[in-house]
Amino acid sequence: MNEAYSKNDNIIQVRNLTKKFKDFAAVDDVSFDVQRGEIFAFLGPNGAGKTTTIKMLTTLLNPTSGEMLLDGFDPAREQHDVRRSFGIVFQDASLDDELTAYENMYFHAVIYKIPKATRKARIEEMLKFVQLWERRGDQVKFFSGGMKRRLEIARGLLHLPKILFLDEPTLGLDPQTRNLIWEHIKDLNKHERITVFLTTHIMEEADRVADKVAIIDHGRIVAQGTPRELKDRTGSATLEEAFLVYTGKTIREEEATGLDNMRMASKMWTRRAGR
Amino acid sequence: MSAVYILWLRQLKRYFRSKSRIVGALGQPLLFLFALGFGFGPIYQQAGQGDYIQFLVPGIMAMTILFTSMFTGIEIIWDRQFGFLKETLVAPVSRYHIMLGRSLGGATIAIFQGLVVFSISLFAGFKVENWLMAPVAIVFMFLTAMLFTALGTAIASLLEDMQGFQLIMNFLIMPTFFLSGALFPLDGLPGVLTYITMFNPLSYGVDALRGALIGATHFGFLVDFAVLGISGTILLFIGGYLFSKVQV
Repeated sequence: MNEAYSKNDNIIQVRNLTKKFKDFAAVDDVSFDVQRGEIFAFLGPNGAGKTTTIKMLTTLLNPTSGEMLLDGFDPAREQHDVRRSFGIVFQDASLDDELTAYENMYFHAVIYKIPKATRKARIEEMLKFVQLWERRGDQVKFFSGGMKRRLEIARGLLHLPKILFLDEPTLGLDPQTRNLIWEHIKDLNKHERITVFLTTHIMEEADRVADKVAIIDHGRIVAQGTPRELKDRTGSATLEEAFLVYTGKTIREEEATGLDNMRMASKMWTRRAGR
Repeated sequence: MSAVYILWLRQLKRYFRSKSRIVGALGQPLLFLFALGFGFGPIYQQAGQGDYIQFLVPGIMAMTILFTSMFTGIEIIWDRQFGFLKETLVAPVSRYHIMLGRSLGGATIAIFQGLVVFSISLFAGFKVENWLMAPVAIVFMFLTAMLFTALGTAIASLLEDMQGFQLIMNFLIMPTFFLSGALFPLDGLPGVLTYITMFNPLSYGVDALRGALIGATHFGFLVDFAVLGISGTILLFIGGYLFSKVQV
């Protein structure tokens, strides 16, 4: 037992994980491990099941069947212990636009029970880390997409999580901001030994930062390994080519949910109202 | 408990930052107050019932509380849409504390709105029977507000998006208001209406406010307190339970 443990220090273990919505299996019998301290990239076309997997790992969604362990705790049962051990940057916005950057951080610090004595220093440290300290007093609704993302990363790291989940953290950002964000992430991983679990559509980014990669398609994992291994196995020059070999070239369509429609409507409305 | 406080604080900050919401939420009650109060006043007086404004103001205050607290509960859908709900749901905090913090925040705002309507009505000629009863009025405003915030939360936990919102507005909030005795006395109503008003929790909120502000109750403070307290507690538990089942 002890020997097996030291051999594979897996901070995330997933076995036969399945999530069904009525008859449709969004995640279908998925198994993988993430080692402590590594950067793990979860890749796949739209609607492949990436976000659904993250939601199950982060206690937002209950699995239909299968097992998960996050730093030794089960997200489906020991939710509080699991919630303490990770930080997350969601695919879409999750800040309170009416609050200032500092207030968003402060809210997070309080609900994650960061002791009062260190709260302020910790918030300052993280806001400086993402270069938003000067803008701490501004309401988030006046921030650009890149600034919001950086604030979300700072917030996700505030309570010193062991694992950081990043669901497409660079979606819709310009190359400058993308680079800055990846620098931050690599830096964190190296110096704080934070395990990073990320999804992205940009294969070149995954190739650059990830130690290990898993490709998911139609809810199933079709390939796992280091970026090097996947390229070698498919005889590809880039990870993108390898990705296309595994997932084919058909374009996927994601069904819009009621929520998406509403989000669109609200965007139209706010634009018309001029903010 | 600090989580409850920070959620309460967030509701208040959001509220006081959106000036349009403050003004918007006051428009409807003031319209009712002036149109009905002065419109029906003469008839009410001729029927020998006294000053209609005196009678109406507690009802309009209850209406303000009903609307504001139901909206606060339903605001969860809003948070879901803008993503902030996920931030609270991944946090290592009891779902009941989240719900409690939100509800207390909503109740505080509702009471504040009720007091603004009350202050304006003083200019419209409303006279308080006994100012010493003011704390009693606040207690009942709080009970009414908690009850309807919990109801709003329960409903919002079951809804995916705003599609069903109009339905709730037309088939729940408006009937609750109109069939509560906010606009008319509960004595001598036809049979069916008597029963409907009896099963409407807002009736007891309106009644208690009337008792505290103009010294006339239909059910009596004790009954009002018991009904609001018990049904409010039950709804808080139902709301908390449904909210704890929310997945995003």
